[in-house]
Amino acid sequence: MELNTYQQQAFNHQRAEIEKFGKLNWFFVIFFLCWIGAGAYALYLQIAKGHGVTGMRDNVVWGLFIVNFIFFIGLSYAGAIIAGVLHLLKVPWGKPIIRLAQMMAVISVVVGPVFILLCVGRFDRLHHLFMYPRIQSPMTWDVMAVITFFAGSVLFLYLALVKDFAVYRDAKLNIPKWKQRLYKFLAIGYRGAASQKRHLIISQNLLAIIMIPLAIIVASILSWIFGMTLRPGWHSTIFGPYFVLGALYSGCGVLIVAMWFYRNMYKLNNYITNKHFVNMGYVMMMLAAGYGYFTFSEYFTSWFGSAKWESEVIDKLFSTKGYGWYTLFANAAGILLPVLIVAIPATRKPGLITISAFIMVMALWVKRYLIIVPTLETPALPMQETRMEYVKYTATWPEWTLTFAGVATFLLFFTLMAKFVTIVPVSGLEDPHQQHNHQHETVPVKTETVQPA
Amino acid sequence: MQHEEINEKGRRDFLKNLAIATVATAACGSLNCSCSAKKPVADKKVKLLSPEGEIVEIDSSYLNHQEHMAIVSKLEAREGIAGKKFVMVVDLARCKNARKCITACQKWHYRPEETEWLTVKLLKDSDKGAPYWFPKQCFHCDNPPCVKVCPVDATFKRNDGLVLIDNDRCIGCKFCMAACPYSTRVFNWDEPEVPMDLRDLASNPETNIPARVGTVEKCDFCPDRAREGLLPPCVEACPNGVFYFGDENEDTVTNGEETVGFTQLIKDRAGYRFLEELGTKPRVYYLPPKDRQFPVERGYENLPDKLKDRFRDIMEPGKKKA
Repeated sequence: MELNTYQQQAFNHQRAEIEKFGKLNWFFVIFFLCWIGAGAYALYLQIAKGHGVTGMRDNVVWGLFIVNFIFFIGLSYAGAIIAGVLHLLKVPWGKPIIRLAQMMAVISVVVGPVFILLCVGRFDRLHHLFMYPRIQSPMTWDVMAVITFFAGSVLFLYLALVKDFAVYRDAKLNIPKWKQRLYKFLAIGYRGAASQKRHLIISQNLLAIIMIPLAIIVASILSWIFGMTLRPGWHSTIFGPYFVLGALYSGCGVLIVAMWFYRNMYKLNNYITNKHFVNMGYVMMMLAAGYGYFTFSEYFTSWFGSAKWESEVIDKLFSTKGYGWYTLFANAAGILLPVLIVAIPATRKPGLITISAFIMVMALWVKRYLIIVPTLETPALPMQETRMEYVKYTATWPEWTLTFAGVATFLLFFTLMAKFVTIVPVSGLEDPHQQHNHQHETVPVKTETVQPA
Repeated sequence: MQHEEINEKGRRDFLKNLAIATVATAACGSLNCSCSAKKPVADKKVKLLSPEGEIVEIDSSYLNHQEHMAIVSKLEAREGIAGKKFVMVVDLARCKNARKCITACQKWHYRPEETEWLTVKLLKDSDKGAPYWFPKQCFHCDNPPCVKVCPVDATFKRNDGLVLIDNDRCIGCKFCMAACPYSTRVFNWDEPEVPMDLRDLASNPETNIPARVGTVEKCDFCPDRAREGLLPPCVEACPNGVFYFGDENEDTVTNGEETVGFTQLIKDRAGYRFLEELGTKPRVYYLPPKDRQFPVERGYENLPDKLKDRFRDIMEPGKKKA
């Protein structure tokens, strides 16, 4: 694989990261593994003793696990949409962050579904989903959606990596034999021939075109697990688009945090520049405005219409005796904060944008909690229970441990992936200073003669 | 541990269950036959037809009929009782929260205390409205939200109107519980307490015994009893004849003492279905609490404190819970 000087420079800058596995990395890996170990113990307890070890009970049948499921799966859909749009529109500054978005898509679609499985009472019967599937059930739609999306996002990431794998293969890296062989295998004989280029670009374009609507469809299907029930706070026509936007928005935040982290840790300032933060900040601000609008529409219509059952949920959400403070945090930190930080020129700085993105991501997690728990705590019939844990949901330590184990798994995958591929893709990289005379990567004409490099 | 035990005596139990199943099938061929009349005769071999259609010979000392042994196959249990359309009418004017229905239901289904399939709520429709006792089973809706969302066909609607659960099929995703607007379904969060002699029974949607950890269950209108021509235990146990159970096709319902025309009863007493506006089409009808037989306090005064707590908000507003 031939690289131009700018690409070569970018590769040389990053080659140490895929050659070495430093002490800090080991520390992170061990730290994450400890969390995952603790999670494994909590999971063991849950399987051995039953779901009684969680805070979920007959009224609040789903808790933290489904919140995490929505959260991670949302990140995944966002990764695919962001990468797809940056790719398709050939956004000039987008190249260096496309890989992070695609990695986020793949990693979270692996981590997310684990959480929905944790909601399932009988692990030993998961095959029933395929043996006796019922097509009417939104759960079945979701199983199909997530599997399709998983396959799509893996392929999307891989196709974008093929050229880079060829670079790693040819670069005579100081790495163990197995890794060398793996790069060779994964590069599937790519030499940069015109026909190879052509096939690769066409398939990438096609997949990007598929991934964007796919992500929208699957995010809507996820929302319909809730939207298709008759419960107040869930049974809303806005839910599909609301979840799509929420996913995109929180994913945008996580991407900004990841950009900041890798830029500082791997000294990628030349490639992930301030411009990237500002531009992604603008995207985040637009999404915040959209999400705020949807949130307002959702609450305002319920409140104004004030149907009895709906009002009970709205009252809980906005009363300080209920979830008022959470609602305030979710909307102030989750919608207003990013808008203000990006809108005011003085605060439109990478560091502050990142901090606001991080807080926003937390707030959106809380927002998902507010979608799930208050609705489940508001059945149509009064609960009239003697067992208080059946009335009010409180997450237990196994649930929290498993939640953090999920976050640790997410970060562990990122840590390992960053040691296997360069965070900034090298093969397609363009020198921003020469962009005026640069020609976009286009599909080579088919009649061109094949010249193996 | 339990699994090992089962394996050790697996073969013996298999034969035993086979025998029980066969006897039960034979004995209950006619609906009104009392199965308990079959007493085992010691040291005698009997020939029986196995569910697979083979004739097997078994020592008669192994034969003992058990209640709750499913008397139909799982496939038949999904079909329903031919020609029937079960319906229930609850007369709210007669309920005084005697809670005999709950006790009988718990006993019949071996439910541990507080995991109730049948509950009695105290409802108050508006600020000025009078509170009334509201017994609630599964409504066996004709447009059941729970069945719609089940991903594995573990809960299903039968031809005779019942909504049942196959707890061998259920994966425990609890989607049905989230979807049911009437909070009918309960989940086995921990290993359920089941009497030893019932643990090895083959579960059937008509009985759901034994209960299984990590699965959903609910009121089933006792179709196993209906097949034997018996009323559900809640109906039989009620001292005030609150529950009328019957067949919509025959247009008759009975509370065990009086038998009345279903349509006429609903018409005369302005029967309604709970939260009918949700479009779920419940098969349980309520008669409004007009001309009550008991003041509402009668169901509250003598309750133990723990149970009083459930209804204190309505009966003694302002007073702190114990």
